[in-house]
Amino acid sequence: MKTTDLLIVGAGPAGLSAALAAAQAGVRALVIDENQRPGGQLFKQIHKFFGSGVHKAGTRGFRIGEQLLKETLEQNVEVQLGYPVYGLFPDGRAVCGSPEGAQEIRAKKIILATGANENNLCFEGSTLPGVMTAGAAQTMINLHHVLPGQRVVMIGSGNVGLIVAYQLLQAGAQVAAVVEAAPAIGGYGVHAGKLRRAGVPFYVSHTVHRAIGTDSVEGVELVKLDNFRKVDGTQLEIPCDTVCMAVGLTPMVELARLAGCEMTEIPALGGVVPMHDENMRTTNPDVYIAGDISGVEEASTAMEEGRLAGTAAAEALGALDAETAARLKDEIRRRMALLRSGEFGAKRQAAKETIVRRCEAFEAGRQEEGERA
Amino acid sequence: MSMEPSCPVKGPGIPSAERRAKGPVACIECFQHIPCNPCEASCPRHAITIGGEITGLPHLDETLCNGCGLCMTRCPGLAIFTVDESGENARVSFPYEYVPLPQAGDAVTCTDRDGHPLTQGTVVRVRQSPAFDHTAVVTVEIPKALSMQVRFIDRSSIPGR
Repeated sequence: MKTTDLLIVGAGPAGLSAALAAAQAGVRALVIDENQRPGGQLFKQIHKFFGSGVHKAGTRGFRIGEQLLKETLEQNVEVQLGYPVYGLFPDGRAVCGSPEGAQEIRAKKIILATGANENNLCFEGSTLPGVMTAGAAQTMINLHHVLPGQRVVMIGSGNVGLIVAYQLLQAGAQVAAVVEAAPAIGGYGVHAGKLRRAGVPFYVSHTVHRAIGTDSVEGVELVKLDNFRKVDGTQLEIPCDTVCMAVGLTPMVELARLAGCEMTEIPALGGVVPMHDENMRTTNPDVYIAGDISGVEEASTAMEEGRLAGTAAAEALGALDAETAARLKDEIRRRMALLRSGEFGAKRQAAKETIVRRCEAFEAGRQEEGERA
Repeated sequence: MSMEPSCPVKGPGIPSAERRAKGPVACIECFQHIPCNPCEASCPRHAITIGGEITGLPHLDETLCNGCGLCMTRCPGLAIFTVDESGENARVSFPYEYVPLPQAGDAVTCTDRDGHPLTQGTVVRVRQSPAFDHTAVVTVEIPKALSMQVRFIDRSSIPGR
């Protein structure tokens, strides 16, 4: 059995940032990821990021990923790739697959940075070749340099839908429509503006009714929505060979469940997430979380959460004194608050505060129970 | 028809008609309170201010701005343009992240913010630099009355496509 002070599951922006923060405090972390490459979704992000200077705003996402990897190498962080962690026991033992078979790892502290899964829609024809998630299309164009199709309909106008639609245009595809069930575009107006200038039509208050085609997608039938209910007789056909779905993400919480972490439902952040406190610590005192597993946000926020969890775990391991840790954590929280401000961020900020409040209430209840017992 | 260019957008980043008539100036079309401020730091003349809150809207000091367009290539939203109404025709510059790039001299169809064709124009300049990180700046010459409406080109109108 392998032993480590700190095990980090997931080598995306949150996991790598956590490992770096821990390394800077003198804690050697072991990072495990099931993928063959580190970086999570960062290397698919060819657009310039939002945020402030401290968040490397104006820099393309994959370059931020390259920088993160470079720092990880400089700090000699151990990263095991191609190893899926599929077991986690409440006592801190993790089990992962490896070429030699199941491998057991015992860690004093664990940070889960497993990310999120894309949501799917079910509709007639949704199993036809050509129907895929926006993330799949993004992987094809930006990592493998393959166009998924010539003419794409994007379902969902959040930032993911808008950004991937723009990148599909850049890759040489046509975007026949961006479809949004709500009465207004979901993502940033400036992202939508890039598509509008390119002449891409938007269909708000519409959804996909069915995909048409025998062997693959030949078109899509949209239907108008009134208050999210389909309006009969308003079907509208758009020829296309690809339908992309950008309809939200769901945090990947399975390992946290196995570790006995208490869950809480918070729709604004993607559904059910592990309860966590201001230090990203779950109700299992040895398990921390960071990034999309703790609520779906953006890569910049994931990196800050990773730093926070890495710093808090290093403190819990005795590598940082309370005063230094408090100063570092305050700095991170201040930067993170910047990313959760404004008309789009305020909702996420409120949802995050709700999670922390619920976690505090749970811990208070547990303590009370303990005192009674 | 009035020669005064009509301006369909309003905000703290939009330069006045008087300033536009004097020469190139940035036109910052960023109207939502999103957490983003690289434009502020990109300006060597400190003509753009976001203020203390990162979600503040960029304010343009049109007397400081010389229309150099550096901010255009830093804005992740590709929401900054430059407009120059000092000549006989207007010159509008916009960020461009597609291949192939148009070339100076190309006659192209110029479009509005919704991609609708407005006029024929001429590409007068295409700027690229490693510092722009693959965001080129394309400048078109168009009738002055359309200076605040033309914001892009129809890519299919680029000769040779």
